[in-house]
Amino acid sequence: MDLTRLPASELAELLTSKEVSSVEATRASLDRIGEADGDLHAFLHVAGDAALRRASEIDQLRADGQELGPLAGVPIAIKDVLCTVDMPSTAGSRILEGWVPPYDATVVARLRTAGMVPLGKTNMDEFAMGSSTEHSAYGPTRNPWDLERIPGGSGGGSAAAVAAFEAPVALGSDTGGSIRQPAAVTGTVGMKPTYGGVSRYGAIALASSLDQVGPVSRTVLDSALVHDVIGGHDPHDSTSLDEAWPSFADAARAGAQGRDLSGTRIGVIRELNGAGFQAGVQTRFEEAIALLETAGAEIVEVSAPHFEYAIAAYYLILPAEASSNLAKYDSVRFGLRVVPDGGATVEQVMSATRGAGFGPEVKRRIILGTYALSAGYYDAYYGSAQKVRTLIQRDFAAAFEQADVLVTPSAPTTAFKLGDKLDDPLAMYLNDITTIPANLAGVPGLGLPVGLAPEDGLPVGIQLMAPAREDARLYRVGAGLEALLHESWGAPLLDRLPADFGRHRGAAPHLAPVPGPGTEPDGGTA
Amino acid sequence: MAADALLPFDEALAKYEPVLGFEVHVELSTKTKMFSSAPNAFGGAPNTHVAPVDLGLPGSLPVVNEQAVRYSISLGLALGCSIAESSRFARKNYFYPDLAKNYQISQYDEPIAHDGEVEVELDDGTVFRVPIERAHMEEDAGKLTHVGGATGRIHGAEYSLVDYNRAGVPLVEIVTRPIFGAEDRAPELARAYVATIRDIVRSLGVSDARMERGNLRCDANVSLRPRGAEKLGIRTETKNVNSLRSVERAVRYEIQRQAAILDAGGTIIQETRHWHEDSGTTSPGRPKSDADDYRYFPEPDLLPIVPSKQLIAELRAALPESPAAFRRRLQAEYGFTESEFRDIINANLLVELEQTVAAGAAPAQARKWWLGEILRIANARGVEAGTLVSPFHVSELIALVESGRLTDRLAREVLEGVIAGEGSPDDVVKARGLAVVSDDSALLAAIDDALAAQPDVLDKIRDGKVQAAGAVIGAVMKSMKGRADAARVRELVLERAQG
Repeated sequence: MDLTRLPASELAELLTSKEVSSVEATRASLDRIGEADGDLHAFLHVAGDAALRRASEIDQLRADGQELGPLAGVPIAIKDVLCTVDMPSTAGSRILEGWVPPYDATVVARLRTAGMVPLGKTNMDEFAMGSSTEHSAYGPTRNPWDLERIPGGSGGGSAAAVAAFEAPVALGSDTGGSIRQPAAVTGTVGMKPTYGGVSRYGAIALASSLDQVGPVSRTVLDSALVHDVIGGHDPHDSTSLDEAWPSFADAARAGAQGRDLSGTRIGVIRELNGAGFQAGVQTRFEEAIALLETAGAEIVEVSAPHFEYAIAAYYLILPAEASSNLAKYDSVRFGLRVVPDGGATVEQVMSATRGAGFGPEVKRRIILGTYALSAGYYDAYYGSAQKVRTLIQRDFAAAFEQADVLVTPSAPTTAFKLGDKLDDPLAMYLNDITTIPANLAGVPGLGLPVGLAPEDGLPVGIQLMAPAREDARLYRVGAGLEALLHESWGAPLLDRLPADFGRHRGAAPHLAPVPGPGTEPDGGTA
Repeated sequence: MAADALLPFDEALAKYEPVLGFEVHVELSTKTKMFSSAPNAFGGAPNTHVAPVDLGLPGSLPVVNEQAVRYSISLGLALGCSIAESSRFARKNYFYPDLAKNYQISQYDEPIAHDGEVEVELDDGTVFRVPIERAHMEEDAGKLTHVGGATGRIHGAEYSLVDYNRAGVPLVEIVTRPIFGAEDRAPELARAYVATIRDIVRSLGVSDARMERGNLRCDANVSLRPRGAEKLGIRTETKNVNSLRSVERAVRYEIQRQAAILDAGGTIIQETRHWHEDSGTTSPGRPKSDADDYRYFPEPDLLPIVPSKQLIAELRAALPESPAAFRRRLQAEYGFTESEFRDIINANLLVELEQTVAAGAAPAQARKWWLGEILRIANARGVEAGTLVSPFHVSELIALVESGRLTDRLAREVLEGVIAGEGSPDDVVKARGLAVVSDDSALLAAIDDALAAQPDVLDKIRDGKVQAAGAVIGAVMKSMKGRADAARVRELVLERAQG
């Protein structure tokens, strides 16, 4: 039995019945990382020894008859945006290279308390700014379906690690789609919870009013199980919702068991359907809707007229908050310090450090945000963007009058090639067109795979959205849809993941280096 | 730097009308900081009173201190302000090494308190009404120490040290509207205004309000406009004015300096200015314009502050009387004459006096000690009397005198010890062995020694020359190094004469 192929829910059962030990499961994951990560570069840091030590502790506790949580002993990968006391936490940036925080993020503390075993930290676009993980200061992650393609971003590392069976589950963070879009292009599941549903304490901030930590997995139930562990009120995060949440795992199990969606109204958003989506994406999306209908769901069309302004508003609000959140990286207290030759004033050191420590996308957004907040521009940019945000929230409220769950494709296209959009920020930004509205409104969004696009054989994802606080509804409907899909395919989609990570697809046996500073524009391939 | 030209004060006033404005920062005396659980305590080894939030560490998040919000509401109410139904924190963005996040969490367009008025009593009892624009919550910055320069300022320093112990200490910033009509009493009003704010925050118990520790900091805005002009003149903002006396002097100096510039046909530069206590002058800081761009925006890490009507009502009901009412009441209760009372006010010792009386001392005794020995020492040292010794200790000292354990002379010595930090009066009495000897046998032994040296004294007393006892009393006091109660010694000598 290949333990790495098991979903966390099944692995957890074997651990509970002591048929498998956590050390065995952890070692299997570590071996798989050793085998695959040279190709993928999903991890920035692998904590092999610490993971095995922790696994052995959990095994001992279980042997001692201790009452353990449902995921105790299950390995997990952690996006590098989350603070961990025992591992560097860089957010994919040179400016935090080697920085080990003096505290765990609340979500990390909770998964440790639950007995989960951290395997390491996963790669990401620098400070979560990007949709391809190409903006990581430590080099890109590659898509296990095709190594020439991007794994999505910013959480490409977590998605690739889970898709390639390096870890059963992972943590991600989602500011504009950084969990859901990577899930779509890697054939995995990812959930952006209701804003405030999961603590942001210890999540290195990109845009505070949009950021939300969430699970990445291969099944809907696994995401629900992890969400149960990390979610709930945290007094250290003032924006955390203080309320009792239902069991998301129960909701997912109920959905998978019933597979009955009669009485559930599924809303297709007119403005995020059809035009602008890759043909194969649209095909699989429509098939999924048809499947929901056969399960008894009522399909309705809803309109969200202001969604067309979502990207514009998002790219004002996000850079504005980011420009302020990233001001702390100044070399004075922690992180990189670059001192110009011959010594310098503190301003010169700050400037040199930020110049050397931040990548081009981060600089671009800091400049955009600083501009958007400047006196004389504030009302026209930041102020208008906040108004659009309110209008988008109203669109959602109106849509949820007509539908219980809204659906869109998770991303407009399947995974594009590395380097394709690196020099075209606008094209890159448009990749998040379907995911951004949920962040602006604070509503939950769940992404899951609905098949491979006929034209390129790459994964396609669907996104389900529910009103704020109705995360359980997404797990119920999502697990139902997933069960129907698995039934129709006869196996999970990831069973079709090419063992050679799609090497056979590429004409060139060697991968092209990513264009960027220091390489030729054509990629410099032979 | 050449000395500033100054116009004589009277001439400046004759030609120009001064317009004042104040920003007073009050450090709240909460147990923990505004947004973290680190202790809010003065002193401590550098960078020990810090939590991740205070250092701006990645991933850390602020959480509002509820007590600071209650204190701010109380202070707002005491300033006669309306309390906002909903107020918001905002980020004020600027890079400076003492600002860990490189933004300060403050309040901008939605302060917690707004539109109030404070009654300020001048030295002669005239009451002046100062309009309050707003009072808002914010966090303090850390402290920089510039090393290697001649002036202790950043300019010319070789390097700077930064201590974040103060970073995140809760502040309320009280901002006045422009204050017109103070005329030649503008410097006096400046001092009296800051003293009034100090008295208010002390009576509320929301701050230690010790200016020398920076608990209360005043930035004084001064502008002049020619007599008859409508338009306000260009203002300067003098910072670092950390005593009541300095506030008065700084405002007077700015009036004279600006008047000289305007008189010579020059224009005032809008800038911050630093007050120099030693020279009694101000020097230019950084240029400041209304267009300073702090890129304020609502703090996304915090929710709006929405105090319940009930909380506001509770805090309003719990407000102590205003300093003005407090003065009127005390004057009646203590039975001091107008001039006796004004001496106390002008020495800024009313609160100390009241606390001393509250701790058990008689008002006349409390007045005697504060305005006498303590004020004398304070003046000699150039510090505020209130900073030398606590009212509780003064009351204890008075009680020791009243009970006969100390003579006035011994009490002065004990006071010296208390001021030197040797502990409470009782501690000093014990440590220095200063208590009056009340054991009659010890006194009698000393009396007999003295009588042996002056054998004719008893006869003189018996002959009716009672004043002859004085010589013996003097000798006894001398031999007992002042630790004897002269009255008791006298009694015993007279008993001896009769016996």
